[in-house]
Amino acid sequence: MLTIGGHTFNSRLFLGTGKFSSSTIMRQAIEASGTEMVTVALRRVDLNNPEDDIMSALNRDKCVFLPNTSGARNAEEAIRLAHLARAASGSSWLKLEVTPDPRTLLPDPIETLKATEELVRAGFIVLPYMNADPILALRLQDVGAAAVMPLGSPIGSNQGILTAFQIEIIIAQARVPVVVDAGIGAPSHAALAMEMGADAVLVNTAISVAGDPVAMARAFAQAVEAGRTAFEAGMGSRSKQAHASSPLEGTLAADLGFLA
Amino acid sequence: MQIQLNGSPKTITDLMTVARLLQKLGVPITSVVVELNKTIIQPDCYATTFLKDNDQMELIRFVGGG
Repeated sequence: MLTIGGHTFNSRLFLGTGKFSSSTIMRQAIEASGTEMVTVALRRVDLNNPEDDIMSALNRDKCVFLPNTSGARNAEEAIRLAHLARAASGSSWLKLEVTPDPRTLLPDPIETLKATEELVRAGFIVLPYMNADPILALRLQDVGAAAVMPLGSPIGSNQGILTAFQIEIIIAQARVPVVVDAGIGAPSHAALAMEMGADAVLVNTAISVAGDPVAMARAFAQAVEAGRTAFEAGMGSRSKQAHASSPLEGTLAADLGFLA
Repeated sequence: MQIQLNGSPKTITDLMTVARLLQKLGVPITSVVVELNKTIIQPDCYATTFLKDNDQMELIRFVGGG
């Protein structure tokens, strides 16, 4: 069972709520995914549409709400958003995102570390979004991150796990759960992350913009479960050379000698 | 008098409270967080917090995000 910040999760699939075509589809996709953790963002109220409220579409009894600090370009902005998120949600869960460059949306490691340290001190359960840097993962754990969230590839890019080598090291060294976040574009990508031993994956775009988001949510749930089961079952090691699956002894007559 | 509301100028009458302004804007109190001059205002203070000229007010809420 996965435990983060003292909370136990049966599902290892976390879901982002961005870019769904309607709140009905979002609700159905959340249901189909079996997720117990959903992310949300904070934005200014649209004063032309003052009653529009995502919280009314989400079931807080079933899911932990994980507000993110998307839009923050440095630690100071992220910390300001974190306090607003805590006031709005009434809980201390936080996905810390500090992305100074809107083109790549890659996380700033120094500002992320700074903000993690300060927010942990302020009592937040901090899950920092980070580049897949094993040393940074250690530093974030040292200052009290409840989990680390290394990226597979840039946010919304659907490119899959381009950082496998680094993520393997992060997982091998981790003292907190590792949640692979960003870039997961297909159920096979999620399965790969889970086979590698990731504790969970966070998926948004691949589900919300799919032709049928509800069916895609189900496909991701199956992939995450399959990948996790394979990891727990113990994967065979890789080899450059073939190793026969069928026995080499007891092949038939001389004319079948080539089987030997 | 004038305040900055979500980054835009907004003219309001004197003796305007946060609670009254939210009501005028049609924003349900339970769905938003109010930040006034970078300080978060607790909901039980909305009715007693009066806005001043040049106040910077932010009305924030959750939206879909990843």
